[in-house]
Amino acid sequence: MIAQSFQYESPGTLAEAIALLNQYGDEAKVLSGGHSLIPMMKLRFASPGYVIDINGIPGLSDIKEENGVVHIGALAREADLEHSALLAKYFPIFKDVTKLIADPQVRNMGTLGGNLAHGDAANDHPAVMIALGASVIITGADGEREVPIDEFFYGFYMTAIQQGEILTEIRLPVPAAGTGNAYHKLERKVGDYATSGVAVQLTIGSDGIVTAAGIGLTNVNPVPLRATRSEEALVGKPLTEENILLAAQYASEDCNPSADLRGSEDYKRHVTGVLVKRMIKKAAERAMAS
Amino acid sequence: MNKTINVTVNGAKHTLDVEPRLLLVHMIREVLSMTGTHIGCDTSSCGACTILLDGKSIKSCTVLAVQADGKSITTIEGLAPEGGPLHPLQEGFKENHGLHCGFCTPGMIMRCVELLEHNNNPTEEEIRWGISGNLCRCTGYNNIVKAVQWAGAKMRGEETPSTEPEFV
Ligand SMILES: Cc1cc2nc3c(=O)[nH]c(=O)nc-3n(C[C@H](O)[C@H](O)[C@H](O)COP(=O)(O)OP(=O)(O)OC[C@H]3O[C@@H](n4cnc5c(N)ncnc54)[C@H](O)[C@@H]3O)c2cc1C
Repeated sequence: MIAQSFQYESPGTLAEAIALLNQYGDEAKVLSGGHSLIPMMKLRFASPGYVIDINGIPGLSDIKEENGVVHIGALAREADLEHSALLAKYFPIFKDVTKLIADPQVRNMGTLGGNLAHGDAANDHPAVMIALGASVIITGADGEREVPIDEFFYGFYMTAIQQGEILTEIRLPVPAAGTGNAYHKLERKVGDYATSGVAVQLTIGSDGIVTAAGIGLTNVNPVPLRATRSEEALVGKPLTEENILLAAQYASEDCNPSADLRGSEDYKRHVTGVLVKRMIKKAAERAMAS
Repeated sequence: MNKTINVTVNGAKHTLDVEPRLLLVHMIREVLSMTGTHIGCDTSSCGACTILLDGKSIKSCTVLAVQADGKSITTIEGLAPEGGPLHPLQEGFKENHGLHCGFCTPGMIMRCVELLEHNNNPTEEEIRWGISGNLCRCTGYNNIVKAVQWAGAKMRGEETPSTEPEFV
């Protein structure tokens, strides 16, 4: 399968890339890892006239900690996230999620920025970002702006990124002591998109009271979903079996999955509840061990 | 508009004039006439087209040739010198019946080159996850796992496991 013809540009600076995006308008597409874009171009679901490859722009793939914030460059690959010692220290959830994204070859190419910018509720990182309370930096001709993850996903393949803009960085607050996080998705086989996926981050005080909870859901809603009622069922209370069950029940009620070859709506709601329960327990175990 | 790219393939430098939509796997097979890299699914699922791009295993059906500009490529043809000794993985697949029809083998081996480079003593589980992006429809994978373990032992300079067939 061959894509429709296009013009290829590989700018060496961010300013140049943004200028090209502004020049070519909605005919242009950014190329990061290419592992969502190129398949779509081969299938002719997307036929951009201009492809702006940002991989030649230096400094867009660093992972570093500064003033209580972990900064991840948009071009950090799945394989970088998988092997980063800094991320492993605060966010073992990255090991959980990367292992479940596609396969090693795809993970050598796919980037965190691309995974989010694609705006697909079936992708796994959006739910993780929701649980971790991330924000993203979007850079355009007028400079950069920081967008909280809850204001980033608009709809199917639609995000806060506007024409002429590039997602350049992801920011994660360094979690407080007593924090744990975890992700799991049910997949029919390696490389499949989630039947349902659940990301949880919990902070538990020394008195056993949950002081913060983030819960994000994959592929059970038109856009990546924050399970707000589930979070509220946990915060300010001890982590009892009863509260965990309530959080699971709320998530299965509040998501909005559609039936497809991965299962019926009911089945997906059920799986979501089961995963919420399990991931709360796993995150709590990690919080205790931290 | 065509683009001129410089790529090093199995140590040899090439300057090529390519259409941006040319896929890397087609560049390798059709422009450079190296047909060891196979096309299976053409949708980045099967791994038959796996090659090394700057030492990293990637699926060349989902990368554009222009993305390889300035980079170095290794294909199955570049793994062992012509007429020289085989790479331990090639030998391992041969000794352990790690292939039947052979279609997936070049991609499988190129993937495992990177796998063993990171960890030359992987567990069975690590090998199975490591080749999770490569489909084989003949072997049932067991002999592939053995082949990789065999190659790991050889690369570590240890005695290679027996290759007596296992009857189950
Ligand atoms: C076989 C296979 C299995 C997969 N399985 C999974 C899976 O299980 N879970 C999962 O989450 N994903 C999966 N994916 C998708 C994969 O993770 C993609 O790599 C990811 O969705 C997109 O990241 P990318 O860097 O490749 O982006 P690209 O493909 O380069 O870009 C995707 C889209 O985002 C835009 N874009 C990219 N980067 C930026 C940026 N910095 N700023 C603005 N716009 C940008 C592009 O223009 C394009 O529209 C799979 C892919 C394949 C091929």
